[in-house]
Amino acid sequence: MKRLLALVPAALLSFGLLANEAAPLAEDPVVEQRLVHIAGELRCLVCQNESLAGSQADLAKDLRREVRGLIKEGKSDEEVKDFLVSRYGDFVLYRPQVKPETYLLWGGPFILLVAGIIALVSYLRRRNRLAPDTPLTEEEKKRAADLLKADS
Amino acid sequence: MTPELGHFALILSLWVALAQGVLPLVGAQRNQPQWIAIARPATTASFLLVAIAFACLTWSFYINDFSIAYVAAHSNTQLPTMYRISAVWGGHEGSLLLWVLMLAGWAQAVALFSRQLPDAMVARVLGVLGLVMFGLLAFVLLTSNPFERLLPAAEEGRSLNPLLQDPGLVYHPPMLYMGYVGMSVAFAFAIAALLAGQLDAAWARWSRPWTTVAWIFLTLGIALGSWWAYYELGWGGWWFWDPVENASFMPWLVATALIHSLAVTEKRGSFKNWTVLLAIAAFSLSLLGTFLVRSGVLTSVHAFATDPRRGIFILILLAIVVGSSLLLFALRAPKVSLGGRFSLLSRETLLLVNNVLLVVACGAVLLGTLYPLIIDALGLGKLSVGPPYFNAVFVPIMLPLLVLVAAGPIARWKQAELGDIVRRLWPAAVVALLAGIALPMLAGEWHGYVALALALAAWIIAAIVLQTIQRLKAGTGNPPPSWWGMQIAHFGLAAFVIGVAMVGSYEEERDVRMSPGETVTVGGHTFKFLGVEDVRGPNYTAARGSFELSKDGKMLRILHPEKRNYDSSAMPMTEAAIDAGLTRDVYVSLGEPLEGAAWAVRVYFKPFVDWIWGGCLLMSLGGLVAAADRRYRLKARTATKTVATGAMAA
Repeated sequence: MKRLLALVPAALLSFGLLANEAAPLAEDPVVEQRLVHIAGELRCLVCQNESLAGSQADLAKDLRREVRGLIKEGKSDEEVKDFLVSRYGDFVLYRPQVKPETYLLWGGPFILLVAGIIALVSYLRRRNRLAPDTPLTEEEKKRAADLLKADS
Repeated sequence: MTPELGHFALILSLWVALAQGVLPLVGAQRNQPQWIAIARPATTASFLLVAIAFACLTWSFYINDFSIAYVAAHSNTQLPTMYRISAVWGGHEGSLLLWVLMLAGWAQAVALFSRQLPDAMVARVLGVLGLVMFGLLAFVLLTSNPFERLLPAAEEGRSLNPLLQDPGLVYHPPMLYMGYVGMSVAFAFAIAALLAGQLDAAWARWSRPWTTVAWIFLTLGIALGSWWAYYELGWGGWWFWDPVENASFMPWLVATALIHSLAVTEKRGSFKNWTVLLAIAAFSLSLLGTFLVRSGVLTSVHAFATDPRRGIFILILLAIVVGSSLLLFALRAPKVSLGGRFSLLSRETLLLVNNVLLVVACGAVLLGTLYPLIIDALGLGKLSVGPPYFNAVFVPIMLPLLVLVAAGPIARWKQAELGDIVRRLWPAAVVALLAGIALPMLAGEWHGYVALALALAAWIIAAIVLQTIQRLKAGTGNPPPSWWGMQIAHFGLAAFVIGVAMVGSYEEERDVRMSPGETVTVGGHTFKFLGVEDVRGPNYTAARGSFELSKDGKMLRILHPEKRNYDSSAMPMTEAAIDAGLTRDVYVSLGEPLEGAAWAVRVYFKPFVDWIWGGCLLMSLGGLVAAADRRYRLKARTATKTVATGAMAA
């Protein structure tokens, strides 16, 4: 009997833990997931470099409500973004669209990489032609030996 | 009186810095020992004067002297002492003064710990630092005087931005500035070597420990800033590719390239020109970062200043620094010897590839950071370049680097053989393959992205283990500290990659409406909401939530996230509560109060997130171990003799 009584609080406790699972804040988790996905790549227009998903500013809240509405209307991610761009301009997009003004932005890193590799290869080739076979002169070898002696 | 004293000390330091900049340089060029001898005392004098100015400003903050405009704008009587002191660098003027103090401190350190270097060399290094200091002191005094009086004095100060009222403000800016400004020492060594026409292995050896130490501070400063943003901003990210973050990250990328290239210059005498260019670039990027942050051209959390005069001044300073150093470089570079020959497959080549990748990555970040400004300036409209862009271009450039990290230290100098590398590394490849297949499945869902990242991390770690075993077995004695330092730092990189991949792929987030007694579970951890009470802090009131955290029915601890309303600000601040652990953080933050006793609550499960900063810590530790290598502390006489012959050789 004593043992049984001892179980009661434990049972109550576990009941308490299991009973009240908190409800998601969003009415529709599917819509919310898409909202977070879209808004994460949009800029909050009145904040200092914060995404629309993270911002607590009033305008951001309004815009999120609006985006939710668009999602419920069945608009695709692209359509939602196009709508916001038509209203607020490219500034709202954290992932700039590929167009003439941004060719350099998107192509730049690739160009840099290719240029870097070409420079590297041509440098290595030229260098191998120019560099002497023995890297150190006698004098330099002596200096190196001095340096090494100082170490030990 | 105190502010006038500080102001006067600052003006004096400007002229002492000019003397420190000009006389020793001229003396070293003309070989006049008396002028050369001025370098050290002048450095000490300018350091003391700047320190006095800094102390005066700090004192004014401590006693709430609101007759100083800067104090009145950034502090008030309600502010706790700790934040009143660190508010000194909470705004534009004071953070620049901190910049200058750090610069003077670095110069003083060079003056103290360079007894083994030839006097002419030290004079040149200190001279260059003096000139830089002169430029920045002129900037402070002409555009950003922190001692400006406010007449009539304010009754009460405006207080510090609540975002900054956090221990993060105490340690993040000083640490970051130490690194930022430390690049000036690497720069000064490079310029000094160019001036002397002595670009040789000795120069590389002298400047290496300084560069490494500056890099350590920069690494720690960036990591601390990232950690601060993670726990303070309340939305759980750790890197936002904010322009200000980029401003500190770009010098870091170049500095990382620089410490690798310095290794080649020291050991093999190659890449001297390239190393000098990197040193110039690292410091120029530090200045560029200062310009971006301080001119207010960016819209970002850190940009307090909107005075265009300031921007123009730094831009001119930047132009002078870059222009004159590149001119000097162009004059001297053609005379510099190439160093030893090496084959296409050698450690030299691999380190050059490392440099190319790091510099290209830095270029990509620079492009993305400046692009909106350029487009705007050209009148082509306004656009934003954010995290999606940076992730898309930065990560692919970094992947080959992660592959090479394992191979670089194994490859021989001068001439490596592919067969040899393959023979020594194939077990690591097997481990990497297995890790890539198995680990993501153990952690949860299998994604290609996380599999690749974990495979690369396993590849690096396995290679480190293999190298250690092979090295110890070889019977060549205990490897030098610099070798261990490299391995520790590379291990840190692998840990960092694991953290990024795990938290990026397996983090969980729930936004819920909670009434007291309700629970929410995330990543196997259950939060039970116990309620919210009002508490009074030193200068804010807070709604303090209590959450019981448990796992598998076992209570772990009570967490207290807060929603604070500072007396001096209308913006409510979110203070997240975090239970940190080796394999995961769980994170809870309060949103808004809802009807009744319910609150909007956000909880996160962040697997391995602390490995991100732990990895940075290991990288810094590796740097520390390497910089402590005693071969950098040569005896004075030998070094002088060496330099004499070096000068002849040059």
